[in-house]
Amino acid sequence: MTCVLKRRVWSFVSAILLLSLLSACSSQPATVYEGLGSEPGLAAVVDNLLERMAKDEQIVRYFQDTDIALFRKGLTEHLCDVADGPCEYGGEDMKATHRGLNITQADFDRLVQLLIYAMQEEGIPIAVRNNLLKRLAPMYRDVVYQ
Amino acid sequence: MINSIVGPFIRAIFFPLFLTVACGLAHADSRIVATGGASNIEGSAGGGVVPWAVINGYGSSDEWAVTGMATGVFVDDFTLKVIGASVSYDNRVELSFARQRLKLDSLGGDLQQDIIGLKYKVAGELLYTTMPQISVGVQYKDVDDFSLPSAVGARDDSGVDYYVAATKVFFDALWGRNVLINGTVRATKANQGGLLGFGSERNNRYRYMKEASVAVLLTDNLAVGMDYREKPDELDFAGEDDWQDFFIGWFVNKNLSVVLAYADLGSIAGFEDQKGWYLSIEGAL
Repeated sequence: MTCVLKRRVWSFVSAILLLSLLSACSSQPATVYEGLGSEPGLAAVVDNLLERMAKDEQIVRYFQDTDIALFRKGLTEHLCDVADGPCEYGGEDMKATHRGLNITQADFDRLVQLLIYAMQEEGIPIAVRNNLLKRLAPMYRDVVYQ
Repeated sequence: MINSIVGPFIRAIFFPLFLTVACGLAHADSRIVATGGASNIEGSAGGGVVPWAVINGYGSSDEWAVTGMATGVFVDDFTLKVIGASVSYDNRVELSFARQRLKLDSLGGDLQQDIIGLKYKVAGELLYTTMPQISVGVQYKDVDDFSLPSAVGARDDSGVDYYVAATKVFFDALWGRNVLINGTVRATKANQGGLLGFGSERNNRYRYMKEASVAVLLTDNLAVGMDYREKPDELDFAGEDDWQDFFIGWFVNKNLSVVLAYADLGSIAGFEDQKGWYLSIEGAL
């Protein structure tokens, strides 16, 4: 019995490995930045996100005294940098910019959700979305409860 | 088959709604879709037969979440029906209840047990930390009618399972898709999950069982994967095998999810090779 089960588990794992090998053959954009649609694509995602943030009561309260144009520039530059685009984020580090705001896990979860919605609406492929999230996720510890 | 499961499914959808209204809970759903997992057959958030470290529903910090579920497992000689509900708070603690009814299609009669579960997240965040999310949990199980379990050699009609679960989502892990991996260790005396009682005439010791799940999120709302659950084999009258299932989970939105699985439950009470379909629906608020 156990032997049969192990064989099944093994064939399942093999199937996944085979599929991943096949997918490696299909062409991928060189960087996440290109996957996002380079400068215009990233700008569309950022604008979409900012609109969603403005409509979200829980999120927008953190931006009462924020210069949105400046924030937009910083966010775009930061995402461009994180996505291996031709930019270098020159702003303050994440820990410093969020100090004293006491941003909660719920706030962070909501922002991630809004970013996903924004990327979905702008037609960003799922693999690019997941890759960007992978790069952003570790920022959690520098953003939340600072 | 269809008629017998429609009723519980309708209840599963309305139960959380009822609970929310009744308790006046301030619920919210800040977490992203599918991060609450499904409800396992014991009522805890997880895969089909394995409890995971995730907390049921989509509540984040300072938020409540409520879920209701109905599950049917239809194998050759048995039908297991489960209804359950859970309340969680702060993406930290989960209280769950499940009622299992195992119909002995070939033998006649049925077995019923109630399960109260409590889960507490002790470390890590599923999506954001290098460390997996780690939770500890207990499941108190109580069999309604002890005559059959007693007749086949079980020692007690109730028992407590203790488990530690570690779950992590790896972003962009496989052909650009996110992959969830879970490992659980359970200390248990339960025979066939508790439906055949706890402990045996020979001994009354806890057994440490390993359980695991892997799931690939093909899209934001669709997951495929498998569960494996090691089980003790303590009763003399009949052998007991490990459980496994292959599932496809459709997380329609943050309020509704459906899991279809093919389950291999091995030998149950002398009936060999019990295989069949598993269907579960969960409503969440």
